[in-house]
Amino acid sequence: MKRKVSHVTAADTQEAAGPPAPPVPRDPKGTDGRPGPEKETVRATGKRRRRKGELLPFLLILPAIVAIAAVYAFPLTKTVIMSFQDMGRRELWTGESPPWVGFEQFTNILGDEEFWYVCGRTVLFMAVCVGLTMTIGLLVAMMMTRLSNWVRLTLTAALIAAWSMPLMVAASIFRWLSDSDYGLLNTLIAKVAGEDFLGHNWFLDPWQGFAIITLLVVWGAVPFVVITLYAALTQVPRELEEAAALDGADVRGIFRYVTWPVIRPVFVMVTTLSVIWDFNVFGQIWLLRGNKPEPEYETLGLYSFSKAFESTSFSQGTAIALITVLLLSGVAVFYLRQLMKTGEVE
Amino acid sequence: MSTSTSTVPAPVPAPSPAAVEQKLRPDRKKSRGIYDVLGLLFAVVMAFPVYWLIISSLRPNHEIRSYDQTLWPSSLTFDNFARAVEQPNFSTAVQSSLIVSVTAVVGGMIIATLAALAIGRFRFFGRRALLMVLILVQMLPPTAMLIPIYAQLNAIGGLDEYWGLIVVYLVSTLPFAIIMIRGFVVNIPVELEESAMVDGCTRMGAFRRVIFPLLAPGLAAASIFALVNAWNEYLFAYILINDNSKYTLNVWLMTFTTERGTDYGALMASSTMIALPVVVFFMIIQKKMATGLTSGAVKG
Repeated sequence: MKRKVSHVTAADTQEAAGPPAPPVPRDPKGTDGRPGPEKETVRATGKRRRRKGELLPFLLILPAIVAIAAVYAFPLTKTVIMSFQDMGRRELWTGESPPWVGFEQFTNILGDEEFWYVCGRTVLFMAVCVGLTMTIGLLVAMMMTRLSNWVRLTLTAALIAAWSMPLMVAASIFRWLSDSDYGLLNTLIAKVAGEDFLGHNWFLDPWQGFAIITLLVVWGAVPFVVITLYAALTQVPRELEEAAALDGADVRGIFRYVTWPVIRPVFVMVTTLSVIWDFNVFGQIWLLRGNKPEPEYETLGLYSFSKAFESTSFSQGTAIALITVLLLSGVAVFYLRQLMKTGEVE
Repeated sequence: MSTSTSTVPAPVPAPSPAAVEQKLRPDRKKSRGIYDVLGLLFAVVMAFPVYWLIISSLRPNHEIRSYDQTLWPSSLTFDNFARAVEQPNFSTAVQSSLIVSVTAVVGGMIIATLAALAIGRFRFFGRRALLMVLILVQMLPPTAMLIPIYAQLNAIGGLDEYWGLIVVYLVSTLPFAIIMIRGFVVNIPVELEESAMVDGCTRMGAFRRVIFPLLAPGLAAASIFALVNAWNEYLFAYILINDNSKYTLNVWLMTFTTERGTDYGALMASSTMIALPVVVFFMIIQKKMATGLTSGAVKG
């Protein structure tokens, strides 16, 4: 507890990691004045009432369940159904029920070479983004524990400014920075590499284009990772680090045996979330490519989107979306298990 | 501090804490200087795009359409903002964004509070499963829902209507809002509610007089969070609304890119206007933001 006091910002962020406690003055005497232990048991049973056949909780969650069923469960079921049909423009406008085609959509997709390219591109892009985000995030968070207070505050302000940028706005900024004619990036590079670079189009070569997109994604994701990991790092007892240092552990040893075990659960959680988010990256690519991504820029989300809305083969689109959901479900289950281990879902 | 630790040899007969402290201190100071420089550098990198957004929105157009971009503008002007506001449909876009996001958030918060009370206060069959579903649905890729929702709204005449978008936004705020508000509910002692009821309040009265005031800060945080999300959403808005006069701000932002090129000055000015309320709200709830995202859950 004492450590918290000496680190103003640390304490602030720590607050963020814990549950926000409303300022409830608890009467230490209790309402009935009974001795401690007995009162404890009363509270344990009283905290969550369970009365047989009580309807109230079900009435309370009913609206939420209906809403979630309408916008999540129903569409998801529909996605599954549509994947086994052949719904095109005609069925959409006439309302005719589309013909059943069995697994045809899936065999078509899996037999299409392009699908595998898209798959590979999505996984590679996700891996690079997650790798960069987590490495930079961890290094900066560790650096943050060693900064003077005013530098840490400045850095936190910068991180939050970057974090709060809406996706549309962030994408516009990066499109402007990488503009081929008037973008700052080309101006700066031309100063070093020569005039030839002016007018360079970053998006002709998908590798270069994806480099810009990766920059945008990582820039947008790093603040959350740094702030969360920093909050975890402030939980590492400094006495332990100092004791390890006295016992002759080097920097790596301290990290491996003292710091890492403490921050590991948070790190795993954030990595898993990043995997899911970066796998589903859609907006950044779409917006940087001016709403019409070329085929070389398609990831699974965009591929499904363009099949459905550009080629108006809605069933192809849903089948690809369904494959994406199946690919991600492993990660999601892993995430859920982590949550249950840490007791978030009780 | 750990950079200096490798210099402490292991088998030395335990030095007094004071001596160690002395040994560590000069080194620590030196390395802190290096870290401070690195930290400031990184702050500059992170803040630079935001700086570039603001400065580009304020600089004269001839500097924007220039092959020699300068880091400082020669003069500041509000011309870009004027052009942005004069762009067709600006005011209707502001209106649409406000209507859609505010309605969705208000509706969402009412439903979420009810559900959060149920989950936080009662044990009932399927409670855990419900929590898991809430966490899982947040991971679904938007495209998996987009196509069927589009088809369904098309079938019942909900395309190009505010209510279609409102329903989608409202429900997408529910999962995290329920989990977040539940975290606050769990932290309010049941005894408070019970003693209010002992003193003659009805259950509704106990909620209104005791629970709600304590829940208010949590509700405020959750609504801001939801508002920011709804304000920033564009994919569903782009697909579900085709009528220019019903575009939300984010979709309207795309009208600056035409076949003849992009008016970056006006685009940056509009982006600044769109981002400003978000940044303000973000500052208010930033401490709770990290929690809301890590688990989609506040520990209860």
